[in-house]
Amino acid sequence: MEKDQNNILDEVTNSEYKYGFFTDIEMDTAPVGLNEDTVRYISAKKNEPEWLLEFRLSAYRNWLTLTEPSWAHIHHPPIKYQDIIYYAAPKRKKELKSLDEVDPELIETFKKLGISLEEQKKLSGVAVDAVIDSVSVKTTFTDTLSKYGVIFCSFSDAVQNHPDLVKQYMGSVVPSNDNYFAALNSAVFSDGSFCYIPKGVRCPVELSTYFRINAANTGQFERTLIVADEGAYVSYMEGCTAPMRDENQLHAAIVEIVAMKDAEVKYSTVQNWYPGNKKGEGGIYNFVTKRGICKGSHSKISWTQVETGSAITWKYPSVVLMGDNSVGEFYSVAVTNNFQQADTGSKMIHIGRNTKSTIISKGISAGQSNNSYRGLVKVIKRAENSRNFSQCDSLLLGDKCGAHTYPYIKAENHSSIVEHEATTSKISDDQLFYCKQRGISTESAIGLIVNGYAKEVLQHLPMEFAVEAQKLLAISLEGSVG
Amino acid sequence: MLSIRNLKVSIKGKEILKGINLEVKAGEVHAIMGPNGTGKSTLAYVIAGREGYEVSEGEIIFKGRNILELSAEERACEGMFLGFQYPVEIPGVSITNFLRTAINEQRKYRGLDPVPATEFLARMEEKKQLLELQEKLASRSVNEGFSGGEKKKNEIFQMAMLEPSLAILDETDSGLDIDALRIVATGVNKLRRPDNATIVITHYQRLLEYIIPDVVHVLFDGRIVKSGGKDLALQLEEKGYEWIRNES
Ligand SMILES: Nc1ncnc2c1ncn2[C@@H]1O[C@H](COP(=O)(O)OP(=O)(O)OP(=O)(O)O)[C@@H](O)[C@H]1O
Ligand SMILES: [Mg+2]
Repeated sequence: MEKDQNNILDEVTNSEYKYGFFTDIEMDTAPVGLNEDTVRYISAKKNEPEWLLEFRLSAYRNWLTLTEPSWAHIHHPPIKYQDIIYYAAPKRKKELKSLDEVDPELIETFKKLGISLEEQKKLSGVAVDAVIDSVSVKTTFTDTLSKYGVIFCSFSDAVQNHPDLVKQYMGSVVPSNDNYFAALNSAVFSDGSFCYIPKGVRCPVELSTYFRINAANTGQFERTLIVADEGAYVSYMEGCTAPMRDENQLHAAIVEIVAMKDAEVKYSTVQNWYPGNKKGEGGIYNFVTKRGICKGSHSKISWTQVETGSAITWKYPSVVLMGDNSVGEFYSVAVTNNFQQADTGSKMIHIGRNTKSTIISKGISAGQSNNSYRGLVKVIKRAENSRNFSQCDSLLLGDKCGAHTYPYIKAENHSSIVEHEATTSKISDDQLFYCKQRGISTESAIGLIVNGYAKEVLQHLPMEFAVEAQKLLAISLEGSVG
Repeated sequence: MLSIRNLKVSIKGKEILKGINLEVKAGEVHAIMGPNGTGKSTLAYVIAGREGYEVSEGEIIFKGRNILELSAEERACEGMFLGFQYPVEIPGVSITNFLRTAINEQRKYRGLDPVPATEFLARMEEKKQLLELQEKLASRSVNEGFSGGEKKKNEIFQMAMLEPSLAILDETDSGLDIDALRIVATGVNKLRRPDNATIVITHYQRLLEYIIPDVVHVLFDGRIVKSGGKDLALQLEEKGYEWIRNES
């Protein structure tokens, strides 16, 4: 019986990536490899001010002194940093006034991804900043947003149009020498999103960015910076799918969030990059540094992520709880299948008094994949009366996959409470048979059970995302059914 | 409707069902009684197509077709329903979502489009009233944290929603209080039609006062050793299984 179930799970979980397609667009690329000239090339291409070039160069020099981290529970062949093209941009002919002027190939790509800009514009009221490879192609809703004083644009545009804000906050949460991949990003970042919500403004729409990696041998290095000024609120959605490629693609992004006094930032991610094929060949290497700082008192930063893609995920969205009474949250579902590896979790650093953090992590492993939760909860001495609750659950589909939990807790005062709970479970034969007896196929049953399992996390996603994420969970475990 | 011939089933090499014969016609209600561990649930599971049982002999004909080769979900889509003796919890999946998925998968099997949302909700309302179900039950996760009685009621609710042609109710009455028993039994009776059939597995004659069976079978040590009218249940209750043991 046990064996039967494993066979079924094998069949069901051995699926190919659904979003494998490749858009053919003329590219404007940097020479292969990385040296100071590459950094200067990128900076010049983007017409950047001197200070930013200096920022990049110092990050590059820092990067040379650092080594790749080796503590994560992941394995991969050495990354050949000198074989990577560090800059590629769709050729921009002229300023685009409407969607009609957007390259039809791009529009086609969006349609395949199920995110027609047109539809989004009309129906959902979502402002979309679409990033294809390195340069933002189209930003919508900027007008509506500007009425509220909300700035939502590509990072490059922000550098040109709001240099003071960028200069003030960039690198203030994730310093350019924070870690190996952060240093790399800081040296060669191409584009990304910038978002500023002024004092007291509740951003009227969900801000959404779709990232997409689209050129052979092109590492992608986005950089996102979100600043919510005093009393501001914003919900930000990042979603991505990548076309199928044979060669591994390196991805090392940085996301920085700053929440001032009484501000709240909700950051949601659905990550569905190419995970590699059934044999474990290809797929994206996703080494991301995401961190937010609750700078002012009573501020709140909340990360919600659904991670189903990438061959390797290395990612620990964190919150530095500096302001008194600030709140940090991390809700995560990570699905690994076939030979995928995920080492993900969160860091909650309690510095202010009465700070509160919650970590809910649901790992779902299938095939021969490895899924690790790694988390740090640190409460420093002066962070009196702080609280953390962490819950890390693992669900195993089959018996060839691995689930691991590495919680690190450092509490330096006695008035704070840090709680950690962990469970490991399997989908039982009884549950599967119960579903099947009602006419539900094994595939759908697994999708249903897995979604139920992840509900606690999914319910924190914005509506627009939740449905997509539910489908994705089912798809990534069985390939075709939603 | 259902015709079982000389069915022999073993689990891990141990024979549990030793040649079952059973004939259930459309419109009929059959009751199966018998001591603990004689194979009642095993029979129900094998009919419903649960994996892990070795069928060494015999056949199960359902609506004119040998279904031994069909998967559990195919049998369900053909109109077979099993009310579980021990319903399973599925955390985080609401009854509404579960039932909508089930109904739509069954419709897909029959080549139909998904049920329109309004029609589905109307049916939910109707069946909830039929079984005097609490309003909020349907939004709760399937069986999660349900009391024993609530689980059993939920099984009948699902049966009402799925409208099967053959329902096998495995000890649906155990764990029900007097009122719940009456409600469930009334529900089953209201759902009776000339073109469907019900098999109730029970230990108690009490249920059969509400759901009047056409035939009562006694399953004993893997065989149906006695069949009769509803009086057989009464006799059993009076004399106990010793009586059967001595007779057979
Ligand atoms: N998976 C299994 N592995 C081993 N033995 C089993 C298994 N399932 C059932 N059996 C055995 O088969 C026999 C019949 O069990 P079954 O559950 O069908 O009895 P039952 O008539 O439904 O009993 P009850 O009235 O207690 O519900 C029992 O001896 C039981 O222990
Ligand atoms: Mg039983």
